[in-house]
Amino acid sequence: MSERDQEVNLRQRLSGLSRLPLLRGARVDGEAKRLEEQLERLTADSSDEAIWHSVELARHPDRPYTLDYVARMVDDWVELHGDRGRADDGALVTGLGKLDGRTIALVGHQKGRDVKERLDRQFGMAYPEGYHKAMRIMEIAERFGFPLVSLVDTPGAYPGVAAEQHGQGGAIARSQAEMARLTVPTVACIIGEGGSGGAVAIAVSDRVLMQENAIYSVITPEGCAAILWRDAGEAKKAAAAFKPDALHCLDLGVVDGIVGEPPEGAQTDVDEAARLLKSALVEALDELDETPGEDLRRRRRAKFRGMGVFA
Amino acid sequence: MSADRIDVQVEHRHTPPPADKKHPNTCPKCGSHYRDDELAATLWVCGHCGHHFPMRARDRIAWYADPGSFQEEAADVRSEDPLDFFDLRPYSERLAEAELNTGQGEAIVTGQATLDGRPVELAVMDFAFMGGSMGSAVGEKFSRACDAAAARGTPLIAVPSSGGARMQEGILSLMQLPKTVCAVEDLHDARVPMVTVMSHPTTAGVLASFASLGDVTIAEPGALIAFTGPRVVQQTTREKLPDDFGLAEQNLRFGHLDAIVPRPEQREYLARVLRLFP
Repeated sequence: MSERDQEVNLRQRLSGLSRLPLLRGARVDGEAKRLEEQLERLTADSSDEAIWHSVELARHPDRPYTLDYVARMVDDWVELHGDRGRADDGALVTGLGKLDGRTIALVGHQKGRDVKERLDRQFGMAYPEGYHKAMRIMEIAERFGFPLVSLVDTPGAYPGVAAEQHGQGGAIARSQAEMARLTVPTVACIIGEGGSGGAVAIAVSDRVLMQENAIYSVITPEGCAAILWRDAGEAKKAAAAFKPDALHCLDLGVVDGIVGEPPEGAQTDVDEAARLLKSALVEALDELDETPGEDLRRRRRAKFRGMGVFA
Repeated sequence: MSADRIDVQVEHRHTPPPADKKHPNTCPKCGSHYRDDELAATLWVCGHCGHHFPMRARDRIAWYADPGSFQEEAADVRSEDPLDFFDLRPYSERLAEAELNTGQGEAIVTGQATLDGRPVELAVMDFAFMGGSMGSAVGEKFSRACDAAAARGTPLIAVPSSGGARMQEGILSLMQLPKTVCAVEDLHDARVPMVTVMSHPTTAGVLASFASLGDVTIAEPGALIAFTGPRVVQQTTREKLPDDFGLAEQNLRFGHLDAIVPRPEQREYLARVLRLFP
């Protein structure tokens, strides 16, 4: 079997697994080995331990953040600051740039790398001002027909007094509503922690992707454990129960595809992680390019309105 | 700092009752005590201090709707247990128990009715069913109510009362946020008005989705309206909280509400607002 055949075969096996769309970022040259390893990782039963491993990798202090990817994927990056009302929220960065030759609008959560930056960026937890800023960039995208790329990486929206007074709940609701109205192609990728309302606020997208070791959940494992087990120390049990890992999110139809990472996680080879992410984003945008805006909006709403399991 | 952050509170079943827990018919504000029929006669509002007791969904519908006009819809929609969720007890057991205790299939009741002669669609949540938490079934019933309102051109009156998303359904409960948001957007596109009456409590996932998207939004006095509740804000940030943190009165002051309307005046208020819309 030639390498190419071998890879096609692998990709077919991979896509057969849990209805996995062909693995993003998988290119023909010499990637059979990587795919094989990935296949192995994916076929291994996603045990409680594996889920917890994802939680740890998703929060790894060296995990690449939005601006690490922007620096490696986006040309002519121009960051746009401020919500034009009250503040510039460092937990959510927005801007314009070129991705593979086309202008995109980008919104993404940004955690900090050192103590000072973490405090400045509130550990990636945005105030309502952050979502107002995101909505401003969405408007620009809509006006000029730029595709919107969202990179999601937040423990959740900021839970503080001022955040409440400035309308945290309403800002998250309206950011989702704005995304439901867009007629430009939209792609989101969960690149770390997809924490609750603060995450979904910028992820109502035509294609929602998720990195292999990212998590996407309605509550942090610690929060869930504190409520249901009345002990935050039971976080591991809670995570095993509500299954925030990429494979389960794919199984439940919440994400459309999984983006590969270097074998031991994105933090081990940021350049490679960025290359895989970029090619996945470009592939998704290419798929959406031809669709008229009205159809994009209609299908996007139909997709999200179809989510849930009930009798 | 983010490690013990919680932004959804769903149920408090296993929390031991505080030692000074009062009878449900005793006013927590002024201590007045009422018989069931007295509370029903005052729409569950304390006649002495005006405190609003929780109101069950069916009681509220019986009061908003013209007598005999309410026709329930989607009554057979039930939650499933897609994750086989098990904490201290299985989710399916909690669901069965909630239905047994409340006599309701889910945390929301929807249907059509007339209010002061005007046809309306009602979507009323019930906090008694698992803390009014929103899972797939609640999201579906609310979305169908939006569709029914759009199809008939009748205004939607939504009454949220919820602790947030139902975490026993994991990520699918989070997806009910964009789901209900998309349903409201379809309703907006149909140019059908939506009036929201926020009742105690309107928090977390429900506030961060359909509850915040009404054309006109009012609240009941003293209702907690917050994305993150006071206890979690206090624990996470160690900030000193203002006395009226997250209450309807503070939300009005900060521009998040159109009005605070005491329960006995709501029916007339809704009728007046609806007369203004086509």
